[in-house]
Amino acid sequence: MRVALLVTHIRAEEKLLLAAFNKRGISPDIILDRELNFELSRGGEQLAPSGIAWQDYDLVFERCVSTSRGLYSLAILNCWGVRTFNTYETAAVCGDKLRTSIALTRHGIPQPHTRVAFTPQSAMQAIEDVAYPAVLKPVLGSWGRLLARVHNRDSAEAILEHRQTLGDYNHHIYYVQEYVDKPGRDIRAFVVGSRTIAAIYRASNHWITNTARGGQATNCPITPELDAICVKAARAVGGGILAIDLLEDARGNFVVNEINHTMEFRNSSKPTGVDIAQGVIDFVIEQIGVLA
Amino acid sequence: MDVTPLCPVCDAEVVIPADAMENELLTCAECGSELEIMCLAPLALELAPEVEEDWGE
Repeated sequence: MRVALLVTHIRAEEKLLLAAFNKRGISPDIILDRELNFELSRGGEQLAPSGIAWQDYDLVFERCVSTSRGLYSLAILNCWGVRTFNTYETAAVCGDKLRTSIALTRHGIPQPHTRVAFTPQSAMQAIEDVAYPAVLKPVLGSWGRLLARVHNRDSAEAILEHRQTLGDYNHHIYYVQEYVDKPGRDIRAFVVGSRTIAAIYRASNHWITNTARGGQATNCPITPELDAICVKAARAVGGGILAIDLLEDARGNFVVNEINHTMEFRNSSKPTGVDIAQGVIDFVIEQIGVLA
Repeated sequence: MDVTPLCPVCDAEVVIPADAMENELLTCAECGSELEIMCLAPLALELAPEVEEDWGE
């Protein structure tokens, strides 16, 4: 079985995944995204930086921290018929909050009330339609960067003016969500195929609870209700190996907040007692066998 | 590994884990800089790239 691990660099997660592959007798080739140089007028017969033809890999496991490099690599590899985890389609939906919202709506999955607008004027209206406090997010972005909780019209005007002066057009797509008054925590659930293998609460005194921003992880029991919404949400975005971020609303109901396709899990195995890396890799190996 | 490498930012000695890999990220315990192992033999460390806007999960 020939596997490539496509990375920006080696983080704790990639080391855990490599160890899990090794435990099953597989030594993946590590391919750095900085070394990629695809000839787009040819196909998968061309050589990867490893010296192996891309088409000779049974699987390319994409773990780039650079979302754009990972996404375009998946687009090319899937176009050539190279099997990847996740697929380009799944990554493209999860990498874009707006597309994730559309997918969740289409599949009837609860999520925070969300609007999108394209000018500061219409964004102001969108914020007031959602009602204060509202949350303004970049449609592309991760780790809680540039999230803003907007409490009133004054702060909305200031934030919209700042966003409008930022050069990247991404910041001029105003994705506005209702603020869900969660109980000081959110939930991250790890879905592998059609199963939720682990879940954590991420608690913080700050309204942003990402562990990348200091949220503390503890075990979250996987109830049938939690498993059902997570598996449904994963299917809605195309399925694969995914981290589903959920909020509990005032009535204790789950709403899906975001879905991550290149999940980080270094802080999650210890509190849950689940070897997440091994769960992922065993699923990947099984899928290679099923799809061969 | 025989030589203890120095942090390219603060010159402190950087402890390299026994299972270190090329292109692995490390944090200098002295100055907190994020470093990347560019080569294991001979050991070479560089300052890791700055986080870019599209980095994440």
